[in-house]
Amino acid sequence: MFEYVFFSLIGLGIVLSALRLIKGPTAPDRVVALDTLSTITTTLLVLLGFTFKRYIYLDVALVYALLTFIGAIVVARILEKGLK
Amino acid sequence: MNNIIGYIIIGIGVLFNLFGCIGLLRMPDVYCRLQAATKCVTLGICFVLIGVVVIVGFNPLGVKALICMVFILVTSPTGAHALARGAHKSGVKLWKKSVCDKYKDKESK
Repeated sequence: MFEYVFFSLIGLGIVLSALRLIKGPTAPDRVVALDTLSTITTTLLVLLGFTFKRYIYLDVALVYALLTFIGAIVVARILEKGLK
Repeated sequence: MNNIIGYIIIGIGVLFNLFGCIGLLRMPDVYCRLQAATKCVTLGICFVLIGVVVIVGFNPLGVKALICMVFILVTSPTGAHALARGAHKSGVKLWKKSVCDKYKDKESK
């Protein structure tokens, strides 16, 4: 029963981050929102795998965190030096 | 008993995640948003993974959760730091009520 409260709170957080992703005035705003959204999705994957006993989801969460990190670093590099 | 403690810790982590998202929506500036979102969300996911470890114990799932926690604890602040630096270099203005900009002073020196 607690799990569903957690899922709804995380869903609210995803909606709030997506609002910032749509609204954001500049490009770094959107990138920050996307980074937060991905980290929260990692949380959701861990909780889903733990609740429904699908332990393979934890591997998915690990790889997803890795890809989020690479994406943030690449976009920061492009913001800093341009597409060179 | 372990279940109750674990669920309380997971609840704290989820609440931290939600507060990070509210900060992301409410703060006035890229840099304020960045620090609100990144700190809260990193702490939140660490709490969630610790809660999972407390509930399931040290089987392969728990060890995997610990590895995931260490990984996120290392990479998430690094990504945020790189993003803040990139935003500053690409010329995003600070909020008009900001007090000082030490990075700009250091660059112009």
